[in-house]
Amino acid sequence: MDMILDIASWAFISGGIIFCLIGGYGLIKLKDFYARLHAASLIDTFGVGLIFIGLMFQAGFTLVTAKLILILVFIFFTSPTATHALARAAINHDVLPDVDTEEERDLVRQTKTTKSSTS
Amino acid sequence: MNIEIITSDALNVMTLLFMAVTAIAIARIRNLFAVVMLSGIYSLMGATLYVILDAVDVAFTEAAVGAGASTVLMIGTLALTSANENATPNKQTIKALIACTLIGFALVYASFDMPLFGDPNAPIHNHVVPRYLNDSMAEIGLPNVVTSILASYRGYDTMGEAFVIFTAAVGVIALIGRGRREKSANENMADANNVMKRKIVLRVVSKLLIPFILLFGLYVQWHGDFGPGGGFQAGVIFGAAFILYGIIYGLGTLRKALPAWLTRWLMALGVLLYACTGVVSLIKGASFLDYNVLASTPTGGQHIGILLVEFGVGMTVFASIVTIFCAFAGRAAADVNKVSAKQRSAGHD
Repeated sequence: MDMILDIASWAFISGGIIFCLIGGYGLIKLKDFYARLHAASLIDTFGVGLIFIGLMFQAGFTLVTAKLILILVFIFFTSPTATHALARAAINHDVLPDVDTEEERDLVRQTKTTKSSTS
Repeated sequence: MNIEIITSDALNVMTLLFMAVTAIAIARIRNLFAVVMLSGIYSLMGATLYVILDAVDVAFTEAAVGAGASTVLMIGTLALTSANENATPNKQTIKALIACTLIGFALVYASFDMPLFGDPNAPIHNHVVPRYLNDSMAEIGLPNVVTSILASYRGYDTMGEAFVIFTAAVGVIALIGRGRREKSANENMADANNVMKRKIVLRVVSKLLIPFILLFGLYVQWHGDFGPGGGFQAGVIFGAAFILYGIIYGLGTLRKALPAWLTRWLMALGVLLYACTGVVSLIKGASFLDYNVLASTPTGGQHIGILLVEFGVGMTVFASIVTIFCAFAGRAAADVNKVSAKQRSAGHD
């Protein structure tokens, strides 16, 4: 039983670490601000989430697991919000996504006009 | 070699390495926003290091004050000044380099005389620490020795710290807090209506979180006797909830919930409560801040005394943080208003 728990927890933790690495790599490699933001949000949703689930397998049915769940809920509320706020601040300050086709460029312009009219 | 020792050594080395890299980046980068963010990261690394050293209370304070509150306050300051550092051309680089190298070597040389890291025979572990660790349970009766030291054995020092924070807030009020017109109720309403229209995600999430942040602040305040926590951390967490509210709903709405006179009173009342606890113990015939006489039994007295002074510290820290934030944010908002008013009058011409 312990063996299975250990394997499961290691699988989750390794998965989380892989997501963190991909996120960190993307944060450096990607050119566009919004693409980087996407990479960063990968770390604090999937990366942290999987690592925490792995840790819960280690802790078992204890108070530690309850605390981990609380922290996880907190992170699942706050980090997407932070990402959203960042993206919003960027679009309000005229940082536009780097897109390829004319169609997408139109879409960006539309988004920008609706944003500036509501805010 | 034991695997736990290796991993903890690796953690220490990695954290210190990251801190060094961050410090160099702070010195090199000219964009002050990036510098503020990096200093937040530096504080977080410091907190990690304290956790590795098992100093959870200090780590808690570092994370709350260093990485949380001071980052917000520094960003508030940047709103008043420019976001870029002016590079001053310096012709004395060689001299400065030589001076820094010499001092660095002197410090490294001096470090050879210091006791080894974690050495049980080091003077610091043999002076008063044995008494704290062995006797504090009998003398104070609190499971968290850090709180016993902070609030009772070292009560004077902690009172000084509380007064430092109080003085900082008073200084900020004296420098930039006054002399600006407070917004009228109508303008506040207009602000609130403006806010209603946008930032929906932020509003919903912050409304969801603020009660829990406040609850956590209270928990940290009153649970400080038994676990990591205490007045300083609780004050900052409690203040952070109100600062979050102020950032999202506007300063006017924050000031409606928490008027300026209230924070000013709380700020002074906190340190007053701390000092008065000491005076009461004086009146009861013991020395200043000796809580033994506050109740019928010495440990009972210690409990009451520590609870009171921690509450005083929490109150002062909370009110000071909010006051400092409001002073900076209010000043920045006033400047923005002035600029837009100027633009409007220019448009009329």
